[in-house]
Amino acid sequence: MTQLNSYRSGPDERGHFGIFGGRYVSETLMPLILEVERAYAAARKDPSFQKELDYYLEHYVGRPSPLWLAERLTKALGGAKIYLKRDELNHTGAHKINSCMGQILLAQRMGKKRIIAETGAGQHGVATATVCALFGMSCTVYMGATDIARQAPNVFRMKLLGAEVKPVTSGTGTLKDAMNEALRDWVANVEDTYYIIGTVAGPHPYPMMVRDFQSVIGRETREQIMGFEGRLPDKLVACIGGGSNAMGLFHPFLDDKDVAMDAVEAAGLGLDSGKHAASLQGGRPGVLHGNRTYLLMNEDGQIDEAHSISAGLDYPGIGPEHSWLHEIKRVKYVAATDDEAIEAFKLLSRTEGILPALEPSHALAHVARIAPKLPKDYLIVMNLCGRGDKDIFTIGERLGVKL
Amino acid sequence: MSRLAGRFAELAKEGRAGLVTYVMAGDPDTTEAQKILDGLPAAGADVIELGLPFSDPMADGPAIQAAALRALNNGASTRKALAQLKKFREKDKTTPVVLMGYYNPIYIYGPERFCKDAAAAGADGLIVVDLPPEEDAELRPYAKEAGLDLVRLATPTTDDSRLPVVLEGASGFLYYVAVLGVTGTRSAASDDVSAAVARFRKTTKLPIAVGFGIKTPEGAAAIAKNADACVVGSALVQQVVEGPAAEAAGRVHGLVKALAGAVRAARAKRTA
Ligand SMILES: Cc1ncc(COP(=O)(O)O)c(C=O)c1O
Repeated sequence: MTQLNSYRSGPDERGHFGIFGGRYVSETLMPLILEVERAYAAARKDPSFQKELDYYLEHYVGRPSPLWLAERLTKALGGAKIYLKRDELNHTGAHKINSCMGQILLAQRMGKKRIIAETGAGQHGVATATVCALFGMSCTVYMGATDIARQAPNVFRMKLLGAEVKPVTSGTGTLKDAMNEALRDWVANVEDTYYIIGTVAGPHPYPMMVRDFQSVIGRETREQIMGFEGRLPDKLVACIGGGSNAMGLFHPFLDDKDVAMDAVEAAGLGLDSGKHAASLQGGRPGVLHGNRTYLLMNEDGQIDEAHSISAGLDYPGIGPEHSWLHEIKRVKYVAATDDEAIEAFKLLSRTEGILPALEPSHALAHVARIAPKLPKDYLIVMNLCGRGDKDIFTIGERLGVKL
Repeated sequence: MSRLAGRFAELAKEGRAGLVTYVMAGDPDTTEAQKILDGLPAAGADVIELGLPFSDPMADGPAIQAAALRALNNGASTRKALAQLKKFREKDKTTPVVLMGYYNPIYIYGPERFCKDAAAAGADGLIVVDLPPEEDAELRPYAKEAGLDLVRLATPTTDDSRLPVVLEGASGFLYYVAVLGVTGTRSAASDDVSAAVARFRKTTKLPIAVGFGIKTPEGAAAIAKNADACVVGSALVQQVVEGPAAEAAGRVHGLVKALAGAVRAARAKRTA
């Protein structure tokens, strides 16, 4: 392999990160994908686009999000010094809106009138419905029937925001099927519709574009940690569904050799149980949803169902840039189980007065595992990418409490 | 001459369009699927598209999605689809068969090995829905080596600037996806189709097959006036569930006969 002088230059012009990524879509979608690519390339170079985005991020989303030194958590774990990047404080309660805001501004530049999206936990659906309400655009969100049942509050939220929520019963009725259905909608409505993908997956340019929009997390973190500590952190930690909050935190640090990065996949009932969502640790490279990446599948290449207590991590794939970062070993991929995530949820609630979403609870479970063994001057920044209000029913059920 | 080229040459000589029938391998089960496939030529199919089942068929509508799931739930796989084709070939040496599917199962099978095994089983061409020209360099050389045509798709969004990209390296025939959307949901408008076919004829000598959105003998006849072949899939696959599974083949072949009759009469009607 040739020596890279930057880990941040990808993808190549055809959307490849090493062998991963690309544009594996049907011909009907191809011209659309190329149109999005051209429009984004132009927007990216246009200072007025970034200025407009910054305006909405500051005054509507509420950025920058704070970087919080979690002192009681640090003390409870008894080792490394832990900072939390508080993206759960964004409007709508998760990082998803960072990318929705960027994408809806792009959709407007492209003259599109109608927005579609897929959602798993409902966080991306809520964020999409929110920006659609803000800009007066029509909004259709595809959501697996299984997920609709376990994320009822977010379904209602989307409806209140004026979105149409379409249940998806095809396949396994979860996030991957919702994405299939959104792609089917898109090929049927190519003229007026823009598809806001919720993570760093899909065909090029989505993995790059969503990463760019989410990178505001890492850029702010850099500045904030310099302010607190006068140096960069020793380790970044984030959870992985499709991988957007992790890419957003990691990307601005990829070329800082001394910053280690751990990304936490959902181990569900355990990596050996076969019931998990850990595409990198339990899958292999394949092609789905427009890109080549690690996927959970059987020996015939049929996609397997993922399993996680967290609907937002319950995806049998992962963004292609993560597959590449995994293979070149720039980022370490680990896992946390459902039970570990619940324990971490309880820990943060009681030590810091913050109910984390079940997704970042997985990241916290890993932090709780490693922090006690690390010295007190070791700096960890964890992406607290969502708040837990949406999950209280799931957690109540787990703890045997009827709400 | 390849089976596909030979068949299209015959059709041109006869002065009529061909009927391309799509069925899903392994649907509803191994036995009935074999009966369905084996009986297609006698019922009037000129070319056969055999669908390779995939768990996540992004470009397909409800009928073909359900067919793929039925097949997979009954143990279908890429390997078994090739076995089904091989059995068919033992009896039929002349009807061209094109395998149509998604890339992941082929990628997992191994593109080189897949092309070899598919050709050995008696396939004549491949259509890989989610492998656009930009990405198919990883399959094309192996297909060529194995003597398989790589059929490309053109759609209503394929404008004149994109068409050369689609045609570069295309062989067998050009498959025009006549509607914006997934299989089996909308009906193709014959006026738009004939305009598109006329546009393609200016840039390619490949035969042009039109599909997605043709459901009835009347619809097929309208398309058959201009196109070199019309493809019917969802309507046939839907027949599988319109009655008892053990009689699926009879229902599918019944519709194929009606479609073939309409396609054969289409141009005669125009001159009459
Ligand atoms: C709070 C939260 N975190 C994480 C995720 C997972 O997505 P990603 O890995 O793209 O950040 C989701 C998805 O819904 C989410 O809602």
